Amino acid sequence: MSALRPLDKLPGLNAATILLVGTEDALLQQLADSMLKEDCTSELNVHLARALPLPCSVNRPRIDLIVFVVNLHSKHSLQNVEESLCHLDAAFFLGKVTFLATGAGRDSHCSVHRNTVVKLAHTYRSPLLFCDLEVEDFRASMAQRLVRLLQICAGHVPGVSALNLLSLLRGSENPSLEDL
Amino acid sequence: MDETLAEFFRRTILKIPMTEMMTVLKTWNFLSENQLQTVNFRQRKESIVQDLVLLCEENRASLNDAAHLDIIYTQFHRHQKIWDVFQMSKGPGDDIDLFDMEQFKSSFKKILQRALKNVTVSFKDAEENSVWIRIAWGTQYKKPNQYKPAYVVYYSQTPYAFTSSSQLKSNLPLLGQSFETHNSTTSLQERSLGLDINMNSRIIHENKVEKERVQRVTQEIFGDYPQPRLEFAQYKLETKFKSDLNGGILAEREEPLRCLVKFSSPHLLEALKSLAPAGIADVPLSPLLTCIPNKGKNYFKIRDK
Repeated sequence: MSALRPLDKLPGLNAATILLVGTEDALLQQLADSMLKEDCTSELNVHLARALPLPCSVNRPRIDLIVFVVNLHSKHSLQNVEESLCHLDAAFFLGKVTFLATGAGRDSHCSVHRNTVVKLAHTYRSPLLFCDLEVEDFRASMAQRLVRLLQICAGHVPGVSALNLLSLLRGSENPSLEDL
Repeated sequence: MDETLAEFFRRTILKIPMTEMMTVLKTWNFLSENQLQTVNFRQRKESIVQDLVLLCEENRASLNDAAHLDIIYTQFHRHQKIWDVFQMSKGPGDDIDLFDMEQFKSSFKKILQRALKNVTVSFKDAEENSVWIRIAWGTQYKKPNQYKPAYVVYYSQTPYAFTSSSQLKSNLPLLGQSFETHNSTTSLQERSLGLDINMNSRIIHENKVEKERVQRVTQEIFGDYPQPRLEFAQYKLETKFKSDLNGGILAEREEPLRCLVKFSSPHLLEALKSLAPAGIADVPLSPLLTCIPNKGKNYFKIRDK
């Protein structure tokens, strides 16, 4: 099983595929449902995986955006994401990977420190989003955001590429290493 | 009212925490609203209790009423007791009798009173066709000790009875006998639906094979039917400290480390069953967790072999 590569397949016509990676299937499923409820000119496909590497499949479309979901309540979910990152081709980290941390709202349940995921995202030069996926309203707005990100990463938004987006997001959201 | 009864009332009411006092008294429903209003609940607790006991005397409260109050107190504090569970089994060729609660209560009482002259038996119906039975034991020459009663909770539509007491052991066979005349049928729970089918074809599960394996192994371990309702499991560890690192402060310690791990949940076994499908744990789960229904116990002592 080789590492996942961003450009080894041809894109489908008007298709945009997102891969959600995380241990907690129920959360991923809910997020996927919320995303598919959004109105979108592109044809969306959502793939859910527990971890990388993915099982071999020729029929899988080109993946435009990968979101690694870490539940701050579970060290197991963090460990799972860390191990999966090794199976990703470096070219993905040019704007096609995002980290999503959930569970920050319930501080007493968190066993993973916020800074741990911040450092992880920083190490991989990728954006980090925080959202309590269990809350329906937050989940719906995160879904909207992800759909927009996905469209850009799939090249469906003229004038903006995944790499542009990366520089735009980095400035406003991620603190520099000195601040940690 | 004789002194011992008044004292029993006093001590029973004194046990009730002030935060629960009104609720318990209202559930008991022996003192009327008007009577309760005459009591000044802002006094010291001893004075409140004294006033309440006087009201009980006015109403000519009997031992039976006191026993009812005791049952209600215990129902509120059931989690403070340790309960044993007994399962009744049908003998071969026994017919299924229709269960009559009143008949059960009267024959239960008769059997106990016939065997032991001095015994107080009281009943209170509760939720889900269950009955709470309070038994105060005496001997041939001594009156029943009201301060050390045994409780039996019997769910009439099941073969299970729960007992709790400090002095029950010698009287167990007698209790068993009083249940003998009443067979019961288990009610089969409906099976829960299988994997929920994802209707949305645009969502694809990459790890379908793995998911199915997890479901299969979980089903093999826990079965299809709903799990018995359990609220906690406790593990007392007396094992030597084991560490991956070489050296370390505790690594050379010869004596076992004592440690208590307690899992609690409104429905512990269902929670354990859903761990792997939810992605929070890997299958198979530790046998220490999955052996709970088989071994029929939830207190464990773990020592090094």
